[in-house]
Amino acid sequence: MSSAAAATLPTRRTFTAPLAAGTKRAAAVVCVLAALVGLYELYHWVWVSTGWTHPFVVDDTTMPHIWVILHALWQPAQVNQPALGTILFHKSLFTAKEAAVGFGLGAVIGFAIGVVLVHSRLLTRGFLPYIVASQTIPILAIAPMVVIWVNPKLPAGVQGWGSVAVIAAYLTFFPVAINTLRGLQSADPRALELMRTYAASRWTVLWKLRVPTSLPYVFAALKIAATASVVGAIIGELPSGLQDGLGGAILNFNQYYSIEPQELWATNIVAALLGIIFFVGVVAAEKAIVRRAPETVE
Amino acid sequence: MSESGNVVEIAGVTKTFPQGNVTALENIDLTLRPGEFVSLIGPSGCGKSTLLRVIGDLIEPTRGTVTINGKTARQARADRDYGIVFQDAVLFEWRNVAKNIAVPLELLGWDRAKRKERVRQMLELVELSGFADHHPWQLSGGMQQRVAIARALAFEPALLLMDEPFGALDEMTRERLNLELLSIWAKLGSTVVFVTHSISEAVFLSTRVVVMSPRPGRIAGIVDVDLPAQRSVETREDPRYFELVTEVRELLRSRGEHLLPEEEAALRSSHE
Repeated sequence: MSSAAAATLPTRRTFTAPLAAGTKRAAAVVCVLAALVGLYELYHWVWVSTGWTHPFVVDDTTMPHIWVILHALWQPAQVNQPALGTILFHKSLFTAKEAAVGFGLGAVIGFAIGVVLVHSRLLTRGFLPYIVASQTIPILAIAPMVVIWVNPKLPAGVQGWGSVAVIAAYLTFFPVAINTLRGLQSADPRALELMRTYAASRWTVLWKLRVPTSLPYVFAALKIAATASVVGAIIGELPSGLQDGLGGAILNFNQYYSIEPQELWATNIVAALLGIIFFVGVVAAEKAIVRRAPETVE
Repeated sequence: MSESGNVVEIAGVTKTFPQGNVTALENIDLTLRPGEFVSLIGPSGCGKSTLLRVIGDLIEPTRGTVTINGKTARQARADRDYGIVFQDAVLFEWRNVAKNIAVPLELLGWDRAKRKERVRQMLELVELSGFADHHPWQLSGGMQQRVAIARALAFEPALLLMDEPFGALDEMTRERLNLELLSIWAKLGSTVVFVTHSISEAVFLSTRVVVMSPRPGRIAGIVDVDLPAQRSVETREDPRYFELVTEVRELLRSRGEHLLPEEEAALRSSHE
């Protein structure tokens, strides 16, 4: 091999390899999406043409065609209104605001709980049952109380959506608290002994050793929390009587399902997209922050 | 430094673990002068690692006292009077090599420029200058252990504690690192306590070999290694080296009735 070829080879590799991997990943996403749409329509076609009624009757109300759902996004839901897609875009921004604030609040509270509990076995034993119990109460039972308690205390600009953010935080903090605790506890005992030889303070051990060790656990929890915060925000809007978000839209389109099912389906797709965007945001943050050994070496 | 000038003074140290009523150490007396390289050798369960941890104030003795540089072991740990190297490198995988070496320097509150300069010197010392930006998983076991040694020595402690630091490495890497450790020790002049279960390693490295026997952990005898101070590959072929190895082995065997059969087998194979 000539020296020129040897010199260009690694350069070409470093530039094309990530690009090819990115293209591959995008292709996989598109293929899976196409397959799912195909399966949905195939199921629709088979059940309609054979007249099967199990497990449920298939018609354009129970399973509207994908193109009908997508088309609905370009149509106004009511006369003299902008297209459904435009309305849902604004509503999802409102829900995203609630979910993002709830996610941030829940993540900070959950992380703080983990940090406090890792330093005291007594506190862990005492408090953990109640932290677990908090999640066994359905969010719909908690939401009205939060709205009544929290909302009047909020400043004017935050009233309404602020209490929904608190409800979203209620769903978010739990996985973060549990996984942070687990992550902080997972510090290598030999590394803890090493820190003892440096006479390191608890605080130093926390920031130099425990927190970096916990990050993979924390990010696993944040991924769960990201989607949970969107669900929490949507559900939180229902008892709050808010019409500005996706929750209000879902409640509204529920009532018209037998006439225009595609509108609820379209709203659900937008809600799912919002959850995915939150998830991808956490994944991107993880990639930027967490340095660890690659699991597979190519 | 204490008035006596000794780096480590161990007096009447006994350690019993309440669980299972085990006496790990019984009435240990040992004194280390500045610049000594002392190996603790013995079969597993003889308490050599426990003794090292008592010196480092990681385990509290049941009776007796440990004095380091004229201070209590607790005070010495608080003053960062010693550096330690374990059997595993225990590097932080989220930090690169340079930042791993800088960990104790950060805890001591050194500023960035001072840390950077010292890390550069330490990388040179352990011959890893080209690997500052590498992460631990990109290094071989021997290289990781050199990073651990650099980290332990970065803040120039008077005392270096080593707990079977090369025990997990292959024979060839171990022998190379033995030589490297000796050259580092010659440069820095620190006092070293070195735990090992390899007779040849103990004799090759040390100025004194402390032979320990198990159940309860006692000092069976101390061998002064009167080999030339400058050790090299040839040292391992020196007749005096073989005599000393035999002397250590005899001491280990004289307490043989305390050994379990598999420990005796391990002892034999560790020499062969």
